[in-house]
Amino acid sequence: MQNYFYFSDMFLITWIRTLGRYWLMLSRTFRKPENWNEYKKAFFRDLDHLGVDSLGIVAVISIFVGAVVTIQTNYNLQDPLIPDYYVALAVRESIILEFSPTIVSLILAGKVGSNIASTLGSMRVSEQIDALEVMGVNPHAYLIMPKVVALVLFNPILIIISMFLGVIGGYLAAYFGIFSTQDFITGLQLEFNAYYVSYALIKTVVFAFLITSISAFYGFFVKGGAIEVGVNATKAVVSSSVAIIVANYVLTQILLV
Amino acid sequence: MIEVRDIQKKFGDTTVLKGITTSFRQGVTSLIIGESGAGKTVFLKSLVGLHGIDQGEIFYDDRQLGKMNEDEQKALRTEMGMVFQGNALFDSLNIEENVIFALNMFSEMSAAEKKERADFCLERVNLKGVNNRKPAELSGGMKKRVAIARAIALNPKYLFCDEPNSGLDPRTAILIDNLLQEITHEFNITTVINTHDMNSVVEIGEHIIFIKDGAKAWEGGGEEILHTDNKAVTDFVFSSELFRKIREKS
Ligand SMILES: Nc1ncnc2c1ncn2[C@@H]1O[C@H](COP(=O)(O)OP(=O)(O)OP(=O)(O)O)[C@@H](O)[C@H]1O
Ligand SMILES: [Mg+2]
Repeated sequence: MQNYFYFSDMFLITWIRTLGRYWLMLSRTFRKPENWNEYKKAFFRDLDHLGVDSLGIVAVISIFVGAVVTIQTNYNLQDPLIPDYYVALAVRESIILEFSPTIVSLILAGKVGSNIASTLGSMRVSEQIDALEVMGVNPHAYLIMPKVVALVLFNPILIIISMFLGVIGGYLAAYFGIFSTQDFITGLQLEFNAYYVSYALIKTVVFAFLITSISAFYGFFVKGGAIEVGVNATKAVVSSSVAIIVANYVLTQILLV
Repeated sequence: MIEVRDIQKKFGDTTVLKGITTSFRQGVTSLIIGESGAGKTVFLKSLVGLHGIDQGEIFYDDRQLGKMNEDEQKALRTEMGMVFQGNALFDSLNIEENVIFALNMFSEMSAAEKKERADFCLERVNLKGVNNRKPAELSGGMKKRVAIARAIALNPKYLFCDEPNSGLDPRTAILIDNLLQEITHEFNITTVINTHDMNSVVEIGEHIIFIKDGAKAWEGGGEEILHTDNKAVTDFVFSSELFRKIREKS
């Protein structure tokens, strides 16, 4: 029993300490840049290889999942009392509410999160972060802020694209056999609630912030060498995924109930 | 002038720096020598504030490190250049971008002026035609030289080099040593160099600090070191046959 309490105490303390260091990192990150031009350059670099480079995988996943969701929904709604176009309505809602913002963010947590954590981690162990610091550059701000801003701005665009492609995937599934595309189009336009899109985009922005800042945290404070960089990249993906899932629940409580 | 008073640095339970007191003068190349693991790198990093110290004081021309606010510390750091033992080049940038990184951040120079400065610095370390290559495409010694070019790009007032010529062939090593001494005199820089290369000691050592197990075991001028009777120093310096012979002759 005593051991158990000891363990949970240690766990709690470690957790609070980690949270404290995370806040400290954030407070050092959002500072005035030494030179706006250089930060702008870093921003566009990050926008390119963290945001734009994710378009491909997001497109592929969205189309296929949209199609699968349509087939499954259709399969489950094989009831003569439910008109076919309700399938399209259900597909639209699941894509907008959950698939695009949450599932795509989880996928990005894997792709972008491990990228950020391993990049910053190897910069840490090869002393590049120390080199920035000695030059008088704030490494928190220079390395983390552009990434956070780039993804917070770009992920909503990515998610909107994902929503479109998801619906197109559903349309293609309908087209290739399950029911009339006419019904699908009709269903899509039924009872459209624009607030759902706002809800999804708010979620996306929060998730983008969590992915970038948490992964940066795990990369930035690596101690050791190549092995620790790998370990921390994994931790970054796991932690940002868990954070997304928890935040998803909290935001849904707040925004939809 | 940099003044160091009784600095101590611990990692966990082990004390790595055990109370070092010394000062580094402007326009003089100061050399820190000592065996591998003696604490040279930890000392240099403590000096620039990368390691927080557990005790003692460090003054940069009457500005006390650790008593400055963030902006003052940043301002001081724009006056520093540092060469890390492992180079620490930015591997996402090419050589020229590495060299002018601080110029981009802190100077108002035009693109042409920056390019000219990069070429000038690279030429001084005997590197030409590598401006557009990435650090990963250079040899170890070339990377070291780029790191030196980057450290001197912004005309630092304080220059710190952690083993600037390890991994270089003897000719380039001497070239780098001479370069460091030249710019120290020319621009009146306060230069601190870590080394365990006895050649450097003889070539450019004007002020030498010998560190043993984290404490200062000896301090003196370049000539003195060859004639001292301090056993720790003689054991270190004359571990090489060549230097023993030099001593016997003189
Ligand atoms: N971050 C750290 N954490 C714990 N111990 C450290 C750390 N950095 C250095 N040390 C220890 O401090 C001692 C001095 O190391 P330092 O790197 O200063 O040696 P050095 O004199 O530079 O050696 P070399 O000539 O091989 O570079 C070593 O025993 C090392 O294990
Ligand atoms: Mg060292």
